[in-house]
Amino acid sequence: MAEAIQVPTASDLPDPWTVPLDKMNVANAELFKHDKHGEYFRRLRKEDPVHYCPDSEFGAYWSITKFNDIVAVDSNHKVFSSQDNIVIGDAEPEFLTPMFIAEDPPKHDYQRKAVTPAVTPGQLADLEGLIRQRVCALLDDLPVGERINWVEHISKELTTQMLATLFDFPFEDRHLLPYWSDASTTSPAVGAPDVTYEQRHEILQECLNYFGRLWQERAEQPPKFDFISLLAHNPKTKDMIKDPMEFLGNLILLIVGGNDTTRNSISGGVIFLNKFPKEYDKLRADVSLIPNMVSEIIRFQTPLAHMRRTALEDIEFQGKQIKKGDRVVMWYVSGNRDEEVIDRPDEFIIDRDKARHHVSFGFGIHRCMGNRVAEMQLRILWEEIMKRFHKIELVGEPERVTSNFVLGYTDVPVIVHAK
Amino acid sequence: MPKVTFIEHNGTRHELDADSGLSLMEVAVANSVPGIDADCGGACACATCHVYVDESWLGKVGDKTDMETSMLDFAEGVQDSSRLACQITLSAELDGLIAQLPESQH
Ligand code: HEM
Ligand code: FES
Repeated sequence: MAEAIQVPTASDLPDPWTVPLDKMNVANAELFKHDKHGEYFRRLRKEDPVHYCPDSEFGAYWSITKFNDIVAVDSNHKVFSSQDNIVIGDAEPEFLTPMFIAEDPPKHDYQRKAVTPAVTPGQLADLEGLIRQRVCALLDDLPVGERINWVEHISKELTTQMLATLFDFPFEDRHLLPYWSDASTTSPAVGAPDVTYEQRHEILQECLNYFGRLWQERAEQPPKFDFISLLAHNPKTKDMIKDPMEFLGNLILLIVGGNDTTRNSISGGVIFLNKFPKEYDKLRADVSLIPNMVSEIIRFQTPLAHMRRTALEDIEFQGKQIKKGDRVVMWYVSGNRDEEVIDRPDEFIIDRDKARHHVSFGFGIHRCMGNRVAEMQLRILWEEIMKRFHKIELVGEPERVTSNFVLGYTDVPVIVHAK
Repeated sequence: MPKVTFIEHNGTRHELDADSGLSLMEVAVANSVPGIDADCGGACACATCHVYVDESWLGKVGDKTDMETSMLDFAEGVQDSSRLACQITLSAELDGLIAQLPESQH
């Protein structure tokens, strides 16, 4: 008989202010699951902003916790490499899926450029009408006055539709996108429990087969602005299909990059407006605040808690000796609460000055490629919500994901109130 | 005090007095010129302060660093006259500088 599994609880976590600094492991996924990470990072920013953790389930790692230090590391790609690994845990060597987020120049550069045309402001202007139409359809169908899970009804579905649009993916099969996305992110490399590498591989193989068929189809058609068509027709990437692992890697990047991040920002917005009801009042009084609020939601949520780099040479950084080969983790989730750069960082303020000045999208050559799509999706959603509903009321505590990478929710119980 | 002019994509002109020592981006932001986002606050790390510098001024605004070149490499609508406004420091020598704004920042 299997032993009973101990489910860790918040009270099993060490005290953030008394645990010895060299025992401080901010990568423990339980901290994020229980929303307890804030104080640990506050202490690091104060006492040891470039912190070395000598031992963890992911190996030794440096934590970069201050806003400006994150910008410095993120934009120094010559020393801080993205090659092969951009999350704290190392990728499985026998199942390496190369993708351009985890490449250095020059490969990163031409692969990124191949797919960028799908998400430039000009292309997005063309998609805006379609995205709005879908948002309206979904909101008009929403059950009013009863308890629902906002994640399942709106966040997940809307993001899936957005991705289906960017891939020009068969609409009736769109539920496969979040399914593949979940399979690739719930990996032991980010502290997620209960998934074996074997299960993961099986599901990702299905993803590869499906997209292989789409690729063949698009390659034979005239070029269009969806991700697959762009890759299949670009002279520098048109042979990617011959390297299935690289094809799979980039698919995962383009699916995951937009999926959890946008989904959890959509959920986060509802939670924050409920926890800061004065901000909801401000929004009702002036919906022209929506674009600024969208940036504030993305800062406050920080959908990706970290990105990881590997030092290519010895370097002194803020008085610390980082050695060649060391893991360096930029904690965006901490940079976005840096009291020296952001005024009242723990408050959600929808009319905040310089709201775009946050680290959620990263910086430097790997800065998020899909930032404008995500912002547009959120803007349209809130514009349409405000036309229809008086309030999306949070009626219970949100259930969070167990990961030190994806910060998000599985359950956000709400009741929608009509205008 | 150097004078600088920003011309929005729709043709709207903003003629501004600037303090020497400030960056072209800082002048735009301080005067709420639309079309410059400056998400990274001037660290040459976001490319949302992309401008086109009038040909006649290109020789005077200084060279691009490697980092600026890499960041511009991923911006949209890049031309020979493209620069990141946060990397241009104003001085008396740049009095009269004209910068055009792209349609949008990505
Ligand atoms: C609120 C939503 C989003 C957030 C917070 C977010 C966050 C990020 C972050 C932190 C990075 C890495 C930056 C760095 O290393 O400096 C990144 C990269 C990336 N994101 Fe996003 N993302 C979001 C939405 C999207 C969407 C909608 C897409 C596309 C469909 C997308 C596609 C990508 C891609 C392709 C990269 C890799 C860029 C590169 O390596 O050059 N993201 N994103
Ligand atoms: S402000 Fe970010 S690159 Fe100029």
